[in-house]
Amino acid sequence: MTPRSQPPLIVKILSEQASSLLPKWTALLKQNGILATGRIKETELATQCRTVLDLLATAIAAAGLDVAAAPYQPLRDLLADISRSRAIQGFSPSETASFVFSLKPPLFEAIDAAKGSDDATALRAVQDVTRLIDALGLHTMEVFQKSREEVIVRQQREIAELSTPVVKLWEGVLALPLIGTLDSQRTQIVMENLLESIVAERAEIAIIDITGVPTVDTLTAQHLLKTVSAARLMGADCIISGIRPQIAQTMVHLGVELNVVSKATLADAFAVALRRVGRTVAPLKTVHRQQPVG
Amino acid sequence: MDRIPILKLGSALLVTIQVDMHDRLATALQEDLTEKIVATHAKGVLIDISALEIVDSFIGRMLDHIAAISRMLDAETVVVGMRPAVAITLVELGLSLTGVKTALDVERGMEMIRRRLDEPEVADGDDAGA
Amino acid sequence: MATTPARDLMEVRSSDDVVRVRQQVRARAVEVGLSLVDQTKIVTAASELARNMLDYGGGGVATIEMVTDGHRRGLRLTFEDQGPGIADVQLALKDGYTSGSGLGLGLGGAKRLCNEFTIDSAPGRGTRIVCARWM
Repeated sequence: MTPRSQPPLIVKILSEQASSLLPKWTALLKQNGILATGRIKETELATQCRTVLDLLATAIAAAGLDVAAAPYQPLRDLLADISRSRAIQGFSPSETASFVFSLKPPLFEAIDAAKGSDDATALRAVQDVTRLIDALGLHTMEVFQKSREEVIVRQQREIAELSTPVVKLWEGVLALPLIGTLDSQRTQIVMENLLESIVAERAEIAIIDITGVPTVDTLTAQHLLKTVSAARLMGADCIISGIRPQIAQTMVHLGVELNVVSKATLADAFAVALRRVGRTVAPLKTVHRQQPVG
Repeated sequence: MDRIPILKLGSALLVTIQVDMHDRLATALQEDLTEKIVATHAKGVLIDISALEIVDSFIGRMLDHIAAISRMLDAETVVVGMRPAVAITLVELGLSLTGVKTALDVERGMEMIRRRLDEPEVADGDDAGA
Repeated sequence: MATTPARDLMEVRSSDDVVRVRQQVRARAVEVGLSLVDQTKIVTAASELARNMLDYGGGGVATIEMVTDGHRRGLRLTFEDQGPGIADVQLALKDGYTSGSGLGLGLGGAKRLCNEFTIDSAPGRGTRIVCARWM
């Protein structure tokens, strides 16, 4: 801001009347229903509003209306924090934006009260307010958007990890029961998890069970094959089990050949795996027969 | 020029690769191994690569060559201890080292070679029973 | 967004230089925060490309840059040589194709290990390969 003999009206209002703006602003926010959802407490909201006004007053006194200037940094940081927490608390974009934008009416009122008969000054003050609040509002939205994206990325990763447990069936035998659609990102996590577990458990053989996978396209099939090849390079064998009839059909149509050991069911695969590690399942030689399961 | 040491372990040779291999070292290893297989009548070669952070097509080719040469000299090569990240990368690179046997660690690799020595020539499967 | 200032220029004239490039790429990949698998992929790609440049381009210069595109961080590698160039880039990218004694996995393999991969080359003009791996 170029220094002027007379500071703009808006600077004067914000640095001198911040405390009287606060109740009007919070009242407007409440009227808009910010508390209705119960996602934020009244005291928390009041503190946020007070801090915003304090920082705004300090910033505007030091740097005028240049929102990008250094004195605005604390305010920008605070708005970023508020925006991030709004994103996490599940506020909608417009709810988040209106937190900042609803500061406009109280400011307009203050200008109206302070202008006296000087309409030109008032007009400039209104323009200044609009520019200032719009800039801050846009900053808030940008952070909000970014935070939402981060939340989504994190959730995707969590879901992918949750849905791919590697279980130990026997000493040296692992199973990976896959459920749901396999996309590239998920398959990569699946692959890494399985291979890490092979090392950790010193497993000679791993069963990849795809009973819960609804469809297998060419890409998925390739990913499966890559996993099997990588395991082989490490010194472990894989068995694929649970290929549904229609999946087998589509794969043949697609010209994809799963050139690996495959078994109809997880149980069949387990029997093969046990034999591979030198074990077998036999019925108990006791009087009452039990289910022959290890 | 430094060389990678080759240890004799029973009827097998053990090579532990611990350094980032440059080309001359790889060539030297191939030559040394060939001579040592002949000199010691080794029936197996264990190459421990658990310390290697990457295997590129150059090293992959070296492993393939060693396996092919040893096979001609009646020794079986087992590459042991490949790290998961290395295995994933190698597959993506398009190298499957089909001519090379693999095992999780030196112990398992040794077992593999020993099993081969115990078995009569015909058997190829692993239906060992217990 | 702007490229971060970290940037290494490395001459590749011998097989020892290939090892040095690998080590520097690894260090930068760790610094950028790439996962272990991604680190391994980009280091392997660097190894392939540096060796290609040495074997077929008569050596050249490797550039390692830490880059960001907003919220993602990554590593970008550039390999530039003044060698004979590649007449048919599509053919050179095919697995199994080689003009030398290798397996012919170098270029195509390196491409699969990266998220971005571009070749700029013509006979007599040398070769410039840019590849990147993102978080």
